Amino acid sequence: MSRQGVGGYRHWISFQTIFVKEILRFTRIWVQTILPSVITTTLYFVIFGRLIGDRIGTMGGLDYLDFIVPGLVLMGVITNAYSNVVSSFYSSKFSRYIEELLVSPAPDWVILAGYVAGGVARGLVVGLAVMLVAMIFTEIRIHSVAVTLLVITMTAVLFALGGFINAIYANSFDDISIVPTFVLTPLTYLGGVFYSIELLPGFWQGVSLANPVLYMVNAFRYGLQGVSDIPVGIAFGIIAIFILVLGAFSLYLLRRGVGIKT
Amino acid sequence: MSALDVKQLTKTYKGGFQALKGIDLTVDEGDFFALLGPNGAGKSTFIGILASLVNKTGGTVKVFGEDQDRTPELVKSFIGLVPQEFNFNLFLPVVEVVLNQAGYYGIPRREAKVRAERYLKQLDLWDRRDTEMRKLSGGLKRRLMIARALVHEPRLLILDEPTAGVDIEIRRSMWTFLRELNARGTTIILTTHYLEEAESLCRNIAIINHGEIAERTSMLTLLDRLNTETFVLNLKGRLSELPELGGFVLQHLDDCTLEVEMSRRHTISGLFEALSRNGIEVISLRNKQNRLERLFLEMVDRRAGAGWSSADPATAPDDAREVIA
Ligand SMILES: Nc1ncnc2c1ncn2[C@@H]1O[C@H](COP(=O)(O)OP(=O)(O)OP(=O)(O)O)[C@@H](O)[C@H]1O
Ligand SMILES: [Mg+2]
Repeated sequence: MSRQGVGGYRHWISFQTIFVKEILRFTRIWVQTILPSVITTTLYFVIFGRLIGDRIGTMGGLDYLDFIVPGLVLMGVITNAYSNVVSSFYSSKFSRYIEELLVSPAPDWVILAGYVAGGVARGLVVGLAVMLVAMIFTEIRIHSVAVTLLVITMTAVLFALGGFINAIYANSFDDISIVPTFVLTPLTYLGGVFYSIELLPGFWQGVSLANPVLYMVNAFRYGLQGVSDIPVGIAFGIIAIFILVLGAFSLYLLRRGVGIKT
Repeated sequence: MSALDVKQLTKTYKGGFQALKGIDLTVDEGDFFALLGPNGAGKSTFIGILASLVNKTGGTVKVFGEDQDRTPELVKSFIGLVPQEFNFNLFLPVVEVVLNQAGYYGIPRREAKVRAERYLKQLDLWDRRDTEMRKLSGGLKRRLMIARALVHEPRLLILDEPTAGVDIEIRRSMWTFLRELNARGTTIILTTHYLEEAESLCRNIAIINHGEIAERTSMLTLLDRLNTETFVLNLKGRLSELPELGGFVLQHLDDCTLEVEMSRRHTISGLFEALSRNGIEVISLRNKQNRLERLFLEMVDRRAGAGWSSADPATAPDDAREVIA
């Protein structure tokens, strides 16, 4: 016992172990984890930004290409933070090596933090990669570094939590692709990535406001370009509330052992 | 102090199946303890609850005096688990499996490396440390589960069928390893279907059947209960007619093989004397059945009634142990 360290330090080591393990996992298989998002967004930039974008002209006061940059970066962050946690945690359930963690004294919140941090790391790596690709096509200025980093990190945390909950409930590999396909993709596409909601008729503008992704995209666009469809403070408030709710729910599921203990 | 103190432990699985029906069990510190029982008896369920992998329905679990519900982290740090089923990330190299496990227990990396080397060497896996898990054979995976379970130096090691599917040589070396570990102070609880293993390793024993403890005693007391023993003798010449030997019940298996049932009042030397008086020479002899095996079958049979397929000691598989006469 003496050499195992006490309390906080021990938890820190458990957290680090999970976090590093997660990073090694997605970097080892970077062709499956990092590359696809980079390729898709490159295509978006070429097709929507260059080819079609030139005909569209401006959107929300920006060149169309510049307008879609924040959304595409955020889309990469969202899908990657989510899929990292959902596939890693589900695999550990499926092959039962989640038991290595469950028998250990690492508390639930440390396990959750470790997996979420892993998802955030992949989200940010992809976000950065997409940003670098964007720099080939246009000039990137950052209006507010603090807002940019905060939005992107909080968004990654939020969707990493979503991936975690999905993995807890998943009973097959099909179950981990349902949510990304039927929920995540529509939410991001309709979340103002490609258009300003001002273009929508009043009713659909209202509906769009129920989409949390809209707030993230706009807050991020504000961070980069100083332009937003909605007040940034409200956006942060909404993201924070979602994080708290999903975080608390994840901890509740872990404590109950839903999906991982019989 | 008790290493393990379990009271009124119950488990009802979703769907209503009651796998444990109120288990009371204590295991002393330093003991080498066998938990036996037929398939589906509830052994893994019991162990799963001890190791926090299965939620209990009722009852209390104390490990070295600490209540699992009050100080779960402490209880977890006391226990090392070798589960029945493989539970590895098959894409990791061997050494990383052990290092990760150490990390989860909060052991700093530097110390974890020292221990990983120590336990991988002790279990003969050090040369394979960079091999990916999926390339490891079953026997090696079993040994790795032991190394992984020891990396945080638990006071109580629980092994759920650690030698299932392991060849004789590795099994024997595991036995030696576990004996030494126990001698150095680690309390060990083991389940196995090889009763010879339990007999040779364990001092105390519990038999669990249909979710209940059917027997809890010391190995010696248990074996003492056998009042007859049956041997199979290989004879030198052919035997056409069964001789009359007082006190021994003889049975012809074939021309050169004789089965002898003798009560504990008689001795093997007495048997040999009687045989040679009749001009019968014996080449070798063996136990018809492992002694514990026989008791086990009788006990499980008696308690279970029809639930456990009728186990006739005469048709049960012979134990392979040979005694050369
Ligand atoms: N997840 C589960 N859901 C429902 N029933 C279960 C579950 N796990 C085990 N059982 C049942 O509980 C009983 C005890 O199972 P357990 O695995 O504890 O037996 P065991 O003694 O370890 O058997 P074996 O020697 O075959 O490993 C069995 O009847 C089994 O079918
Ligand atoms: Mg079992």
